[in-house]
Amino acid sequence: MPAGKVIGYKRPKNTKKTLKTMLRYLGMHRFSLLAVALLVFISSSANIMGTYLLRPIINKYILPGDMAGLMTALLLMGGMYGLGVLATWGYNQLMVHTSQKVISEIRSDLFRHTQTLPLSYFDAHTHGELMSRFTNDVDTLNDALNNSFALLIQSAIMITGTITMLIVLNLQLSLIVMAFLAAMCLFIKYNGKRSKKYYNEQQEHLGRINGFVEEMVTGQKVEKVFNHEDQDFEEFCRRNEALRRSATKALTYSGMMVPTIVALSYFNYAVSACVGGLFALAGLMDLGGLASYLVYVRQSAMPLNQFTQQVNFLLSALSGAERIFEMMEEAPEIDEGTVTLCNVVIHEDGSRTEATERTGQYAWKFPLPGGVTELIPLKGDVRFFGVTFGYSPEKTVLENVSLFARPGEKIAFVGSTGAGKTTIVNLINRFYEIQGGTITYDGIDIRDIRKADLRRSLSMVIQDTHLFTGTIADNIRYGRLRATDEEIRKAAVLANADTFIRHLPEGYNTPLHSDGANLSQGQRQLLAIARAAIALPPVLILDEATSSIDTRTERLIEKGMDALMEGRTVFVIAHRLSTVRNAQAILVLEKGQVIERGNHDELLRQHGRYYQLYTGQYELD
Amino acid sequence: MIKRLVSYLRPYRKYAIAAILCVAVETMFELIIPLIMADIIDVGVKYGDKTYIFERGALMVACALISLLLGAGSARFAALSGQGLGAELRKAEYRKLQSFSFANVDRFRTSSLITRLTGDVTTIQNAVCTGIRPAFRAPVMMITSIVMSFFINAQLAIVFLIAAPLLGVLLFLIVSKVRPLYSKMQGAIDRVNRVIQENLTAIRVVKAYVREEHEIQKFTDGNDTLRNTSEHAFRLAALNMPAMQLIMYATILCILWFGGRLTQVGGMDVGALTGFLSYVLQVLNSLMMISNVFMMLTRALASGQRILEVMDEKITLTDDEAKDVSVERGEITFDHVYFKYSPDASEYVLSDISFHIPAGQTVGIIGPTGSAKSTLVQLIPRLYDATEGTVLVDGRPVKEYPLRHLRDAVSMVLQKNTLFSGTVRDNLRWGKEDATDEEILAACRTACVDEFLGRLEKGLDTEMGQGGVNVSGGQKQRLCIARAILKQPRVLILDDSTSAVDTATEAKIRQGLAAALPGTTKIIIAQRITSVAHADQILLLDNGRISAIGTHEELLQTNTIYQDIYHSQQEGAGL
Repeated sequence: MPAGKVIGYKRPKNTKKTLKTMLRYLGMHRFSLLAVALLVFISSSANIMGTYLLRPIINKYILPGDMAGLMTALLLMGGMYGLGVLATWGYNQLMVHTSQKVISEIRSDLFRHTQTLPLSYFDAHTHGELMSRFTNDVDTLNDALNNSFALLIQSAIMITGTITMLIVLNLQLSLIVMAFLAAMCLFIKYNGKRSKKYYNEQQEHLGRINGFVEEMVTGQKVEKVFNHEDQDFEEFCRRNEALRRSATKALTYSGMMVPTIVALSYFNYAVSACVGGLFALAGLMDLGGLASYLVYVRQSAMPLNQFTQQVNFLLSALSGAERIFEMMEEAPEIDEGTVTLCNVVIHEDGSRTEATERTGQYAWKFPLPGGVTELIPLKGDVRFFGVTFGYSPEKTVLENVSLFARPGEKIAFVGSTGAGKTTIVNLINRFYEIQGGTITYDGIDIRDIRKADLRRSLSMVIQDTHLFTGTIADNIRYGRLRATDEEIRKAAVLANADTFIRHLPEGYNTPLHSDGANLSQGQRQLLAIARAAIALPPVLILDEATSSIDTRTERLIEKGMDALMEGRTVFVIAHRLSTVRNAQAILVLEKGQVIERGNHDELLRQHGRYYQLYTGQYELD
Repeated sequence: MIKRLVSYLRPYRKYAIAAILCVAVETMFELIIPLIMADIIDVGVKYGDKTYIFERGALMVACALISLLLGAGSARFAALSGQGLGAELRKAEYRKLQSFSFANVDRFRTSSLITRLTGDVTTIQNAVCTGIRPAFRAPVMMITSIVMSFFINAQLAIVFLIAAPLLGVLLFLIVSKVRPLYSKMQGAIDRVNRVIQENLTAIRVVKAYVREEHEIQKFTDGNDTLRNTSEHAFRLAALNMPAMQLIMYATILCILWFGGRLTQVGGMDVGALTGFLSYVLQVLNSLMMISNVFMMLTRALASGQRILEVMDEKITLTDDEAKDVSVERGEITFDHVYFKYSPDASEYVLSDISFHIPAGQTVGIIGPTGSAKSTLVQLIPRLYDATEGTVLVDGRPVKEYPLRHLRDAVSMVLQKNTLFSGTVRDNLRWGKEDATDEEILAACRTACVDEFLGRLEKGLDTEMGQGGVNVSGGQKQRLCIARAILKQPRVLILDDSTSAVDTATEAKIRQGLAAALPGTTKIIIAQRITSVAHADQILLLDNGRISAIGTHEELLQTNTIYQDIYHSQQEGAGL
């Protein structure tokens, strides 16, 4: 049973830092938030004043029976209340608007940042785990912002007002209240710390469940084929139970907050009343004063109660925010390159000038000191000098590899599985950073080339074909977003995909769902090739691009591809030797080393590893 | 719907009841304590009775302690029952999900299913955890207060009869309008999640084509829609507060006015009016709580709806016709089988497929890309059901075998290999749960896994990473074959599962299979003719139809397509 990758439990970290980042987001909307605060102030004031006006109204108008006076007073009060209702309406609407905006910005920034992360980051985290940031963590933050911000201000205003009144009424007695308030704050802090720990744990477990479900849903065919439902269900239950336990703890702690604060406020009241009584009896304070003082003591519990509730919400949201910001702080792919790719026009005298439209001719724009740029024609000359690389520092995959590809050549990599073929092409487009040596492209160190331009100059068809939700045409168009329908059809014809596409219920407009689940592996590869073809790239990388396509179809594609790639550099990885036979240079890799190089005939004559591989096909029968 | 959702609470019912009891008693204490407070002022302070103040103070502390205990209890029990409900819902939903056929999955889409299993359940469990307290506190408070106020002055209490229904209607209007908006919002969330998920899966393609901006654009579109729909929904929900205040304030004013007049005509004394007012505030406060609970419930119900949709989905592939039989020999017959993925598709993917494979034979299937080779073999372990015609194993329609038995007997290595996070051993044990290391190593030898197993960091204990990112394509394929061998199946299907393995290794695997599983029927889908040339018979598939059946020699003589394929591969070999 897969026990699942153990995700190290992260200790609750820097609340202050998270808050600071959060405030930066809120800071962008400070005027709205200021307006919210103002409206909350008006609304709370109307509420408080209404409560305090009751007694004078009763004493002044109702007791003496002054109905006309009562009428005026009520009208006044009504006006105030009306203003309060309007303010309440205003801040609620404004707050919803602002919080939705902030959340949408955070979500968008998170996604943007995700796009800049290096592949090694995605290798190290399950999709479910990353998804959980976008769903669970953003959701909690959303709820907190929606509800808590305004209420927090409101209760803060009420608390400040009440405390001021208490101090004004009796300084010594107010010290008792202060002491209790301090105790409550300490408790909130202590409890918050604990509940945050469990909240973090809970979100962690939620992420793990997400990861598990995602993996299982994607691999459902295998699950069914192996009758593995029960075992997976068991594992799911285990994770589910872990989530339930941590979540129960988290919620118990946060749920304890309110009753404890309420109880503390009752203690506070009882102690204040007793001490106040002693004061009164000692003549330090008159009875009327004590009575109104106690009313305020009583009043101090409610907002504090509300305050703690909101602090609760915020705590849970902050631990989510912490994870979101953590991901945003992950170092993006290194991209310090300054050399860019541009279209050029070649003049009759052989000189080049930059062009704004697509000309089919490319050059590297090399910035020289003094603001001048030099145009170096793009040829597709790729060289490795003593390249050393490993996916993890401890394990080297390529050891001191040197190789070269001349412009316009078809370079093939062959070798047993795991020899490092895919790794090499992943380094050419800088999916990963090398640990030693240099890779040059037309004589330029690829680290000097802006990543986007480097990749734009290479079209890549990878082993696993991924399709997106959208129509068939949309998926081909992914190679070049501005391609016309006619160009799409041509690319499909070239990839020999046109026939099967036209057989689909809606042809090119057939929608694909769930990563093109209903297409065969081979059909998906044909689409991927069409996608690469439409990009019209100067250099093409085919990594087992035709492994699921039958040899007859492959030959048809190859003809089209050869026409397309005329005069351009092509890197091909294939285990099927017939695919690589016509390459100008075949590199045989073994255990991360290039052991043979030459064209087909030369290599056969060498009677080396290539010869063995090649004739292997015949040994079988 | 609520009833059905609540039924999942059953194992945690006692906690839920305990939580409700705690809340109810705690509320009563909360109603008693203010009375004590009032006593301290009205009696103790007023008459300067020190002992009375201390007595009442002590009593209050005692009551507060009890209510603290009850409060802690309610927090614990609410958490237990809410999270318990969530866990049960997730479990049931996951179980249901496992029984989904691929047609079912396609209807919901993967990303939506995952949200329904996580986000939606979280909404419900949080609603229970945080909602239990106000949901049971508010009614207790409201009823007590209303009864009390009627005792004080029934005439004045009539104001409630107007205010309460008015508020009810307002809240109802808001809730009924908000509910569809919440569903719409969940839909928007689904769409955004889909973009994220696809992006994560295809991150290599995105990066290779420098399509980050394009992806961000796609995401932004979805994100904007989500922002708009959720703002719409939340704005409407936020009307709750001002509406509440409006009614509350109006009630206070009315009571002051009518109450003031009543005191003049002598129907009420002023002290009673003050008392009445405090009860009014309590009633309205509890109404506010109730409305908040309703809002929470509305959202939870939208999520509940989505969960129940999954639960109610009719499984399209079932054991309904199963009898108590299991596969003995592994003989396979297709009898005029037609197949299409969805009933509305205009063309069949497979048409009129008929053939017979005696038990123990090795059969090759070959044909151009898209000729539906994979689809054909997936009908045998019933990953899909034939649209027309019958697939028979040992002379019995596959539908008559319980799915478990059928899939136990038919082992299949899929073209799209999937390995799972966990160690190599964990993954191989999918084939046989209690396999010993000897059995595993034997299977590894047959599938030529032993060639690279030693090179893996920790051998069988090497972590695979999601989707087996730590091994190459060819190694993955061999691991998948080893996994299938461990099952000791009656029928073994290899769907193009040696495509990334070099030819020498492939031959070794083939010989190994023949030796390790002698009586097993083997079906091999391949691109290379060499992979199937030795087979007892070869099915040549073209465009979803059987174009020819025969041995390598027969086909080579009679079938032009086969000759074509053969020559295309011979030429490559060129010697």
